[in-house]
Order: sequence, then C-alpha cells, then structure tokens
Amino acid sequence: MNEAPKINENNIICATAPMGLLAELTHRCPLQCPYCSNPLELERSSGELSTQDWVRVFKQAGELGILQTHLSGGEPTVRKDLEEITQAAVEAGIYTNLITAGVLLKRERLEKLVDIGLDHLQLSVQHVDALMADKIAGFKGGYSKKIELAKWVKELNLPLTINSPMHRHNVEYLEEIIEFAVKLGAERLEVAHIQYYGWAFENRNSLIPTREQVYKNADIVDEARERLKGILTIDFVVPDYYAVRPKPCMGGWGSQFMTISPMGKVMPCHAAASIKGLEFDNVKDRHLRDIWLNSSAFEKYRGTDYLPEPCKSCEFKEIDFGGCRCQAFMFTGDATSTDPACSKSSFHKNLLAIAEKESQEQSEFLYRKFTAKKEPAE
Amino acid sequence: MNKQRLIVDNETTPKLHTYIKLRHDAGRDRWVMLAPERILTPDPIAVEVLQLCDGERTIGNIASELAQNYNASIEVIEKDIIVMLQDLSDKGYLTS
Repeated sequence: MNEAPKINENNIICATAPMGLLAELTHRCPLQCPYCSNPLELERSSGELSTQDWVRVFKQAGELGILQTHLSGGEPTVRKDLEEITQAAVEAGIYTNLITAGVLLKRERLEKLVDIGLDHLQLSVQHVDALMADKIAGFKGGYSKKIELAKWVKELNLPLTINSPMHRHNVEYLEEIIEFAVKLGAERLEVAHIQYYGWAFENRNSLIPTREQVYKNADIVDEARERLKGILTIDFVVPDYYAVRPKPCMGGWGSQFMTISPMGKVMPCHAAASIKGLEFDNVKDRHLRDIWLNSSAFEKYRGTDYLPEPCKSCEFKEIDFGGCRCQAFMFTGDATSTDPACSKSSFHKNLLAIAEKESQEQSEFLYRKFTAKKEPAE
Repeated sequence: MNKQRLIVDNETTPKLHTYIKLRHDAGRDRWVMLAPERILTPDPIAVEVLQLCDGERTIGNIASELAQNYNASIEVIEKDIIVMLQDLSDKGYLTS
C-alpha cells in the first residue's frame, strides 16, 4: 500500500449521464407552506403520469446511469401507486429517498415501502413548536403526526433525515431544532435556508431573516457539527441574498441532475420552468436518454461556454458554473448572465438591499394552493 | 436516544450502516457509495477495505489481510485505514 485509501465526496463522476433524479410524483399536498419549491402554476392531478409511465421512466433511468432518486411532490404519498413506483426504482438499482410531509403516511404503508426496499426517508418539520409548525404549514395537527411517523421510521430501522427549511419564523430556534433531530434519532438534519424562488419569492417579505440571524446560524452549526460527529450529520445553506459566491446550482445545468414533473416534463431543475422560452420534452414522447442527451432545454445552458463576462474570465467558472440560471433570469431578464448571488454581478448589491429592507417588513403568508393568487397592487 | 461517537481503533469491528450501499456503477465502471443525499466515490484501495468491513473482522484482521496483498507493514496499513474509517464514522456512514 503506497498511498492511503481515499474517498471523494460529491464529486462529478461523469457529465454524460445524470446521477440524481427528482421525481415530482404529484403537486397535490395537504400542506400549504408559503415557501413551497413547486412552481406557482401547479400541475393538476388529471394530467399526472400513470403508474406505467413511472415504471417505464425508472427502468430507463436505471439504464441511463441514475444512482439516486428523490420521490417527492407535492406530497408523494397521495399517490395510491407509490408502492409500484418505488418498486420500479428499487428494481432499477436506484437508491430511493422518500421526501414526505409525513401527515398522511400510515404505519402499515410505511412497513410495505420498507419491505419493497425504500432506502431512506426525509421528513419535513416546519418548526419545533407545534402551533408555529402548523401555522407555517397551514395544516392543523400536522406536527404531532410527523412525530409519530418519525418514531415508526426509527422502529423500522429506516434512516431518517429531518428537513427544516429555515426562514424568519424559525431562524431563532436552530439549537432547538438540532436537539429535536438528535432526540428523534435522525441520522441527518437539513437546515437549508429557503431560497427565494416561486412561492418563496412571493412571500419574501414575510420570510427573509436578517443577515445577523443567518450568520449566527452558521456559528451554531459549526459548533454542533463538532459536538455531534458520528451522531448527526448537518447540512446548512445560507440564503443567496446574503452569500458572496453563488451556489454551484445543480452541480451545473444538465450535468448531474434532472427533475420530472407530475405530468412528465423533464427539466434540468425543479424551477427551470420559470425561465421563459425554454421548451421541455415529456417522458411520454421521448426516451429519457434521448431527452438527457438532446433536449433543447438541457443543451441550452450546459457547460460554461455560453457564459458572458464577468463569468467568462472568472477563476471560479468551473466551480460554480456562474450560479443559478433561474435566479439570473429572475433579476436580469437574461438566463445566461451571472447569478446576482455572486459579488461580481452588477445586480449583487440590489439583492442585499432587498434582503435588508424586506427583513424588516411584515406581511401575511400567501399560502401555497392551487387557487392562490396575490391581490394585484392598487 | 443515546447515540455515541464511535472511536475507531484496531479492535473495532466496522461495518457500513445498513442504509449505505456500496455498489459497482457499471455505466461509469467504478464503485460508488450511495448514502442519503450523497454519492461517494471510493478509490480502489478504499473499496477493498470497505468490502472487508463486515462487522466481524477487526481492523487488525483487515490490516493483516491487506498486508499480504500490499507491500506495506500491518502497522502502516492499520494507521491509514483507522484514519479513513474514523472519518467515515464521523460523517455517519460507518458503525460497528
């Protein structure tokens, strides 16, 4: 043995085949979180893919090289065929992660999913205070159901991630959230601050915390990670508005991930439909491999050659790929431009100014639902 | 819940957590470790170590098996794999 063994985490394996697939099985959800990552235009249940469609998709995904899938929504457990869909992913050799709000899943069904081969469960917990949790989710009694589910998950030896999206209304409770995850026996805790797209963008002035609150969170996480080595893994992300460098969004556009919407649209990320002019192919019309390799929406921002200055000559170009295309589009009207989360973007100071101003404002939540509309300004 | 940090030494009998999958990725012809929200790519030596982590062999056993295949002393190998396995344990991939 001439060299010590090495293990790389999260590196890019191969850009010609994706590694992860976010399967949005439905946009139906009993919760109404005002920062939902689904698009503002939710897809109706009548247009959802059939069981056979998803079974075929997962077979194709396994052949294409997908290693992991997130069975998500909306709330994936509203689909009566979740078992068949999970089975298809398991049979394709794909690591399966169920992302759930946990308020509809009964123990018997969870046992069935474990028997089928479900690998991991991620449970959203909006707050450690029951009343606040239910208020944020817009669903009474949800919190206690989540706790019950978490206990079943541990009894069945399924690994558990607690996901608490962070924002103004829970930012001061991070220590309690960490303690809560340890007590439940979770292996992982995700405390990513909300990014302000879609529903969260509409609710920005009632959700965004102050810069001080975010950076205090970062210190708390540093301390907890050291103390909880081997006990709890913590993933923490700051909101782009207070970042200096942009996030390497999706590990590069069309490089590692794909999202499939409830009706079968294949997208480079779950927010990609917010970029006007992109056309998405559907799994009902084309083979997944063909879409991955040739779909115009994937081709459009693949690689870094299209990036203008200041990205073009930037030393971080191959590290962060110019950041997020959706956010670039949202702020500049041009999806090829530099993500304003980057301090080199001329829009960066606007981002910080907005955050500082809106972190002091107050507003009612616009809850996420099929019929929600923001009142037009007078 | 009273989980404790595992301190890895040569008496430890390590194994991957049940929810970590070490498998060959045929499409890219390499081994991967699949974990919640993570994909790890162990190098060939690490793969060999991980395949011996069966919850029965001690690190001492593993090191002496590897010493037969590699031109290095058991002590050096033991030291290297303890570092690697402690790190994996701290990140939640390994237990005993």
